Amino acid sequence: MIELAFPPAFILIIGALLIAVARPALRPVIVLLTPLVTLWAIWRLPDGVLLTTQFLGYPIELVEAGKLRRLFATVFAIMAFAGGLFGLKQARWTELAAAYAYAAGAVGVAFAGDLITMFLFWEFMAIFSTVVVWCGGTEGARRAGVRYAIMHLVGGVVLKIGIEGVMIHTGSVDIRPLDLDTFDAWVVLAGVLINAAAPPVSQWLSDAYPESSPTGGVFLSAFTTKTAVLALILLFPGAEVLVWIGLYMVFYGIIYALLENDMRRILSYSIVNQVGFMVCGVGIGTQMALNGAAAHAFVHIIYKALLFMSAGAVMYQTGRRKCTDIGGLYRSMPLTMTCGMIGALSISAFPLTSGFIAKSLISEAAGQQGLELVWLLLTAASAGVFLHAGIKFPWFVFFHRDSGLRPADPPWNMRAAMLLFSAACIVLGCFPALLYPLLPYPVDYVPYTAAHVVTQLQLLMFAGLAFFVMLSQMERMLTITLDFDWFYRVLLVRVAKVVERTWSWLLELLRQLRRDLGTVLGPRFEAWFLPHGRLAQTWPTGSMTLWVTVILVLLVVLAQRDTLP
Amino acid sequence: MSSDERPRVTPLPPAGASWLDRPGTIRVLWIAFIAVLAITVAAELLVHLHPRFRLERWFGFHAAWGFLSCVAMVLFANLLGIFLRRPDDYYAQRPEWPDGEERSGD
Repeated sequence: MIELAFPPAFILIIGALLIAVARPALRPVIVLLTPLVTLWAIWRLPDGVLLTTQFLGYPIELVEAGKLRRLFATVFAIMAFAGGLFGLKQARWTELAAAYAYAAGAVGVAFAGDLITMFLFWEFMAIFSTVVVWCGGTEGARRAGVRYAIMHLVGGVVLKIGIEGVMIHTGSVDIRPLDLDTFDAWVVLAGVLINAAAPPVSQWLSDAYPESSPTGGVFLSAFTTKTAVLALILLFPGAEVLVWIGLYMVFYGIIYALLENDMRRILSYSIVNQVGFMVCGVGIGTQMALNGAAAHAFVHIIYKALLFMSAGAVMYQTGRRKCTDIGGLYRSMPLTMTCGMIGALSISAFPLTSGFIAKSLISEAAGQQGLELVWLLLTAASAGVFLHAGIKFPWFVFFHRDSGLRPADPPWNMRAAMLLFSAACIVLGCFPALLYPLLPYPVDYVPYTAAHVVTQLQLLMFAGLAFFVMLSQMERMLTITLDFDWFYRVLLVRVAKVVERTWSWLLELLRQLRRDLGTVLGPRFEAWFLPHGRLAQTWPTGSMTLWVTVILVLLVVLAQRDTLP
Repeated sequence: MSSDERPRVTPLPPAGASWLDRPGTIRVLWIAFIAVLAITVAAELLVHLHPRFRLERWFGFHAAWGFLSCVAMVLFANLLGIFLRRPDDYYAQRPEWPDGEERSGD
C-alpha cells in the first residue's frame, strides 16, 4: 500500500530537482511528464487518511484524500502541465524548477490532513513563489520579490501562531471546521486570508505578479490564492464574516483594475476580484455555495492562466506591458487574441464558457439563502468582471488604437498551451457534467436554463454597452493607483527617517551636553579625583581619631535610646 | 520598471486598413451590437423567468442593473482615481530604503 499513498507533492518536488540537474535535452521531457505522473498519482489515491506519522507527539497526516482535495490537486497538476508547456523553451530552468516546487507546495497543501503538514507546504509555496517572482530578472522584480517574501513570511508567522494556539487549546492538529469563537481561530483565519489577498493587504498580489516573467505570471496566478480558498473551505465554511470580506475583494478588484494601465496588473486585480467570489461563497457556506467556491476555483485557475498566457505572449513578443504602449495587436497576433478573448469571455461567465457553469453556483446559493443584498452585489460584480477583465483587457491590448507594433504570435509551445486551456474553457462550459461530479457535494443545479442564459446575456451585454459608452472615461494614463502598501513603502520610510533624524539629533544633544558639562565640572573633578586631587591626599591621623570618636559617641547615644524611659 | 522594458519589435507603419479599421465596419458592429441588446431584452417576453426577489420582477431588470452598476463602478473608480492616481514611476522615484538608490545601480 505504500506506493499507493506516495504523496503526489513529492513527485513534483522530485521533478523540480530533476529539472535542475538534468541535461538540457532531457529537461522538456521531465517538465511535461512530471505533472502527468502527479495527476496519475492524485487519481490513484483512495479517499481517507493514507499516510500518518508522529511529530512532537501529534499525529501527522501527510496525505488525506477526498473529493474536494482531489479537485484542487487535479487542477494544480493540470496547471503545472500547461505552465510548463508555456515556458518550455522560453523560461530558464531555475524558473521552471522553482515553479514546479511551488506547485508541489500547492498539491501538498491540498492533501495535508493536519495543520502542521499544511503549514510546512504553505511555507514551501511562499519560498518558491518568491523565487518565481525574482525570476522576472529585473530590479523591479527583485524589489517586488522582497516585499512579497516579507508579506508571506509575516502571513506564515501569523498562521503558525494560530495553529499553535489551536494545538495547545484543543490538543488536536486535525484539519476540520473551526468555530470563530476563539482567538486562535481568528489568527488562523487571518493567516489564511493574507494568502487569499484579502483586505487590507490585497495589494501584495498586484504588486508582485506583474513583475514576474511571462511564464512566472502564469504559475503565480494559480496556486497561492487558490490554496487559501481551499483552506477556507476546509477550516471556515459558513463563517459569515467571509461574505463581506469576499464582497469587498470583488469590488476592490474591479475598481483598481479599471484604473490600471499595466495589462498584467489588470489581471492581477482581477484575481483578487475572482477570489472574492470564492471567499464570499465559502462565507455563505451552504453545500451549493461551497460547491460553487470549489468549482469557481477550478475554472478560474484555467481561464486566469489562459489570460496570463495571452498577456505573457504579448509581453514576450513585444517586451511591453503597459496598455499605453500596446494596442491593435489583433492584426499580427490573431491566435493570441482569440485565446485571450476566450479567457476573457470565460472569466465574464458567458454562456458556453466555463465561468458560466461555475460562478452562477455562488450567486444561486446566495439567492437560495434569501440574501438579497449579497445577491444584488454579486450580480453587479459579475457585470463588473466583464467590464474590467472581459472587455477592458482585450480591448486595450488587442484592439483600441493601433500602436504600430506587428509582433507575430508566440512560439509553438506557448500557442499550444493557450490552445489547450482555451479548449478546456469551452469544453467545461459546454459539458458541465465533466466538472459537477468532481465537486465535494452532490450538484442539483442546471446552469443552462433559458431564464439563466437570457438574464446573464442581458447583464453582460449591457455591461458591454456601459464600457463603450464610458470609453472616454477610461482613457489609459501612465499612472498607478495608491494602495495600502503606500503605508509601508512611503509613510513608514518617512516615519523611519523622522525617527532616525530625531535620534541623531538627541545623540548630538547629549554629546553637546557632555562637552558643556565637561567645561564646567571638569576642573572640580580634577581637583577631587585625580592623583594630585583632594581625595588622593594623605590625611593626618588626628582627623581620623576625631571622626572615630564622633562615631563612637553617636553609637553610644543611639544604643541608650531604647533603655530610656 | 519602465526602464526595464526592451522593445523587441520595431514599430512598423500601419499595414493597410484591415476590415476592422474601416469606419463602415464599426457602424455595422454598432448596429449589430444594439440589435443584440434589443434581442436579449425582448427575449424576456418569450422566456419564463423565475424571479426570486421583488426587484427581479421588473422588466429588463438584469439589463438595467448591469448597465447602471457598471456606469456607477466606472464613475466611482474615477472619483477614487482623483485622490489615489500617481505617475507610474511614483515608487521608482522613492527608494524604499535609505540605501535603495545606491543599490539600484548594481
